[in-house]
Amino acid sequence: MSGLVLNNVTKQFGAFTAVDKVQLAVPHGTFVCLLGPSGCGKTTLLRMIAGLEDPTAGAILLDGTDITGVPTHKRNLGMVFQSLALFPHLSVGENIAYPLRIRGAPREEQKKRVDELLALIHLPGYGDRPVSKLSGGQRQRVAIARALALSPKIFLLDEPLSALDAKLREAMQVELRQLQQKLGITTIVVTHDQREAMTMADTVVVMNGGHIRQAASPIEIYRKPADTFVADFIGSTNLIETEADNTGAATIFGHRVTGLSLPAGARTATISVRPEDVHLTAPGNGAIDGTVTFVRDLGGTIETFVEAGGQQIIAVSTPRERPDVVAGQAVGIALSPEVCVVLKQ
Amino acid sequence: MKREPPQSIADYGPLFFPAGMLLIFFVVPFGTMIAVSFFQRQEGGFYTPAFVFTNYERFLSAFFGGVLGFSLILAVTVAICCVVLALPFTYLLSTLSRRLQVIWLVGLLSVLSLSEVIIGFAWSTLLSRTAGLSNLLVKVGLLDQPVALFPSFGAVLTGMVYQALPYTVLVLYPAIVRLDPTLMEAARTLGSSPIRAFFNVLVPALRNTIMATLIMVFIFALGSYLLPQILGRPQHWTLSVLITDQAIYQSNMPFAAAMAVFLVLVTLGLVALTLLIGRKGEKA
Ligand SMILES: Nc1ncnc2c1ncn2[C@@H]1O[C@H](COP(=O)(O)OP(=O)(O)OP(=O)(O)O)[C@@H](O)[C@H]1O
Ligand SMILES: [Mg+2]
Repeated sequence: MSGLVLNNVTKQFGAFTAVDKVQLAVPHGTFVCLLGPSGCGKTTLLRMIAGLEDPTAGAILLDGTDITGVPTHKRNLGMVFQSLALFPHLSVGENIAYPLRIRGAPREEQKKRVDELLALIHLPGYGDRPVSKLSGGQRQRVAIARALALSPKIFLLDEPLSALDAKLREAMQVELRQLQQKLGITTIVVTHDQREAMTMADTVVVMNGGHIRQAASPIEIYRKPADTFVADFIGSTNLIETEADNTGAATIFGHRVTGLSLPAGARTATISVRPEDVHLTAPGNGAIDGTVTFVRDLGGTIETFVEAGGQQIIAVSTPRERPDVVAGQAVGIALSPEVCVVLKQ
Repeated sequence: MKREPPQSIADYGPLFFPAGMLLIFFVVPFGTMIAVSFFQRQEGGFYTPAFVFTNYERFLSAFFGGVLGFSLILAVTVAICCVVLALPFTYLLSTLSRRLQVIWLVGLLSVLSLSEVIIGFAWSTLLSRTAGLSNLLVKVGLLDQPVALFPSFGAVLTGMVYQALPYTVLVLYPAIVRLDPTLMEAARTLGSSPIRAFFNVLVPALRNTIMATLIMVFIFALGSYLLPQILGRPQHWTLSVLITDQAIYQSNMPFAAAMAVFLVLVTLGLVALTLLIGRKGEKA
């Protein structure tokens, strides 16, 4: 298959397994975000793709060729490091021209390409500046331009935006996505910011403890999380325990939920319901009953905390559909089966 | 934390002690030496206060000029050899595990604890005809019969490089360890082999450190006076050897002082020149 394929890639540091049997296919031109909590093995996985770390087991294939043993400098990839790693002794232009110089490209060609790239990153005429005189966002762009100078097949970025302030980061996310679409380059970005992943990615890969938990489009990850970890990690959600009764139908806190069924053979399961999918009704009208404990009115959204079956369930609504409730009031909770996602155990 | 400039005399208090020490143990002796260098020498090892230039005039002869030139060339060669050897070594050292690094550094420190005399005699044995390394080469079949590798310029250079190398490594080590390791990795992802990355990323990024190290080893090597005598022929003797000779064996203090002052001035001049060139290169 064309594109990048990771086949059972594993990395151990001594007895510790940082990346465990990762299986992933990245078709050409896709934008992939590796998302997960700190220490879950994102950087290690990216470094193995770059050849900076050797996998303990498994293979990395590019367009069907095994590149597992190919040294980094022969892999034709661009990488942006978290520290950016701009060469302090070179100017902006020289930094961007570095890979071209290494290849022995003629001077005029180097200059032409540098000008092209400086235009691409919206910093025309910055070629002669020392890198130490640039702002954080500008350095970011220079690092991106340098990594793209040789039009690599794969573009890798390790938390490229984490050093920027929130506003600039949001702007750069959009810019990076637009750049990737313009160039059609296969891109893999490590991040632990889920907003960032949702903004940019075609495919979000959620990792935890060295494993891939789910790899799917942002909307699918949000709508159909595969397991409790993904459901909890992406956005906020209500995790509710369900039990099958003797007819096989699902029950929540002893109440039957019409239309909802558990996987064949399962006695219990956890379901995920996004707060915006929880609707409050009159007591007795919903699937389950509960008591309002707190209402947080944030203006744009209203969060209602309801206690039901000894658990806290959060409902989020817009001011337009403001639920007319106060703390202490008894309410019913409507759960339509299509918003309840049954999670893998 | 903000640093405030000192407000009163009392704030300068902590500086009094080091300043006093510097004055008593450096400025005063050095001043005395400068004064002595203008004194008139008397027969029999005495000198009387005067203000004459004879000591400096004598120094400007072709012989002493030649020795000064040789000393400078030797010191520069030692400095370059040390940095060329220590740079790749220290870089590789910095990529090892912490434990191995500590073991290596302790080993280097123990070389530092050897005195110049021991180093000199150890190398003279190693390079000798009867017990030296050339016997090994004969065993291996590379030589027909053992040869004496000393006294010679090579032997002096080897001994001095051996002595200065631990200093060089210890001066380079902190700078190399502090260098962002992703710089080298970035160079590799940009198509540079590790060896090319060493030359076109690590070396230029450490430019100032390398310059400072060269100057340090140069000055260190200029002061060496035992190794040239043990491992070299008289034509390999440095100015420091002649200064010792004049001061101790010829009892000509004024002339020894004049040579020492001259050596200090030339050294300072060269260091200033190097820094100036370095500064220019930076701007370009
Ligand atoms: N060279 C190494 N030697 C030993 N353990 C390592 C090494 N590199 C990484 N690890 C361990 O592997 C695990 C994964 O590390 P990695 O850097 O891939 O995490 P990450 O997902 O990138 O985390 P973060 O979001 O904090 O950057 C961590 O527990 C880390 O301690
Ligand atoms: Mg990381």
